[in-house]
Amino acid sequence: MRNPLSNKITEIKPSGIRKFFDIVQEMDDVISLGVGEPDFDTPWHICEEGIYSLEKGRTFYTSNSGLKDLRVEISNYIGRTQNVFYDQADEIFITVGGSEAIDLAMRAMINPGDEVLIPQPSYVSYEPCTILADGKPVIIELKEENDFRLTAQEVEDAVTDKTKILVLPFPNNPTGAILEQKDLEEIAEVVKKHDLYVISDEIYSALSYKEKHVSIVTIPGMKERTILINGFSKAYAMTGWRLGYACGPKEIIKQMVKIHQFCIMCAPTTSQYAAIEALKNGDDDVEMMRKEYNRRRLFLLSEFKKMGLECFEPFGAFYVFPSIKKYGLTSDEFAVKLLEQEKLAVVPGTAFGDCGEGFIRISYAYSMDNLKVALERLKRFISTLQK
Amino acid sequence: MALREEILTVIEKNSRIGINELATVLGEDEINVANELKAMEDEGIISGYHTMIDWSKTSIDKVMALIEVKVTPTRGMGFDSISERIYRFPQVSSLYLMSGSFDLMVIVEGRSLLEVAEFVNTKLAVLDTVQSTATHFILKKYKDHGTVLAKKQEDTREKVSP
Repeated sequence: MRNPLSNKITEIKPSGIRKFFDIVQEMDDVISLGVGEPDFDTPWHICEEGIYSLEKGRTFYTSNSGLKDLRVEISNYIGRTQNVFYDQADEIFITVGGSEAIDLAMRAMINPGDEVLIPQPSYVSYEPCTILADGKPVIIELKEENDFRLTAQEVEDAVTDKTKILVLPFPNNPTGAILEQKDLEEIAEVVKKHDLYVISDEIYSALSYKEKHVSIVTIPGMKERTILINGFSKAYAMTGWRLGYACGPKEIIKQMVKIHQFCIMCAPTTSQYAAIEALKNGDDDVEMMRKEYNRRRLFLLSEFKKMGLECFEPFGAFYVFPSIKKYGLTSDEFAVKLLEQEKLAVVPGTAFGDCGEGFIRISYAYSMDNLKVALERLKRFISTLQK
Repeated sequence: MALREEILTVIEKNSRIGINELATVLGEDEINVANELKAMEDEGIISGYHTMIDWSKTSIDKVMALIEVKVTPTRGMGFDSISERIYRFPQVSSLYLMSGSFDLMVIVEGRSLLEVAEFVNTKLAVLDTVQSTATHFILKKYKDHGTVLAKKQEDTREKVSP
């Protein structure tokens, strides 16, 4: 029989997190700090709107680009948080989570051989999506000494005449790093100088613990060359609703919607109705959750300090990314040993790129009680490593 | 939010949190936090630290009733003097002045239905200024003080996800 598979897909290496997930699944009584989604329930008033839409029989497709009311609310939201205007008619559309938007942006913009700059450690899908779109991923290794921020110089050094896109994954999963106004301005200069486009994945934008999150689209000349991706999963604790959106120049959005129309039709209708409520009346919920995450963040950092675990201070998302270099184990070894000895699951930094070696990702999307038990285990584990 | 409000938001849900941890999660100096706490206790902003107990899970029987009371306010004192005569009874756990079709909402706790009925009949309804009472017994508590009393939900998330 001939090989049923595409070479392109078989050559993509499986997600590093998957392998670890399989080990964890086999074990009982594992306490996990490995989850990449909020621990809060979706605020009830948002669920209620979803339920109500079902009761009203709103169970049909929406337009390809999503409910107009939702696009209007998204336009308002970006207006009030970033002071940038996107036209709901042709500059915004609704996707199945931010991840679909990443895929579509790549497919709509990449020609074979185009280079895509991907800062790592970062979310697992940028590299495979680039490859699936026949682009060439070029990895920029972010550095701990820069607090895992992307610098303009790093972009400049990675640019070639084939570079077309820069992925901007901030606030960052897994490091929790953010970019601030000044960082963005400098990066924007390089982007404009080399005529690049930006895919800015701002799914964690609502979870920023220093200043309010600033989007690169606020920098003059950047809205025209940026696909802004965001969604409801992290801000409103709506991961299972699978709802995100993309905003950008209408000629790019038009092509993204074309792909979306052929392979997705439209994002889930129930979720879209719920999301309208989220944007209309959810600001207080987001603020409540942000504050709670921040308390946990401060608590973790303080506990790390006490147990001698080195960690830069991250100001975004709900992750901390401590260094485990001094224990003489690889990230994988550390995570596996920690799991075997203490039944505590964390994700090895290498799941987010080779340069995650020497780090582990710890999520604080857990209750304080849970965090305390987990930290006890981590502390005990570390003390067995130090002679 | 000012430090005071930050402190209150945290301890409202967890009054047992230690000063050390409270200071950590607020990113504040321990001494500042301790001083604010003391000041708020002195000013009566923090008026007590209570424990939430689901008595229905213990061997002690408790009955709770919510009583709507209509009263005649007294000249010069409004509702204050009649309210005081009511809240001084130890059986009364809460007392609120209400807008709407009745005046006072009295929440009464007792060991049995009979005991609560006895209190209404012999103590409350007979007060001079009380015009009428309507007693509602609480059958089951689903949620109290913002806390759901049903079984705790399990964490159903996948153990590891990107």
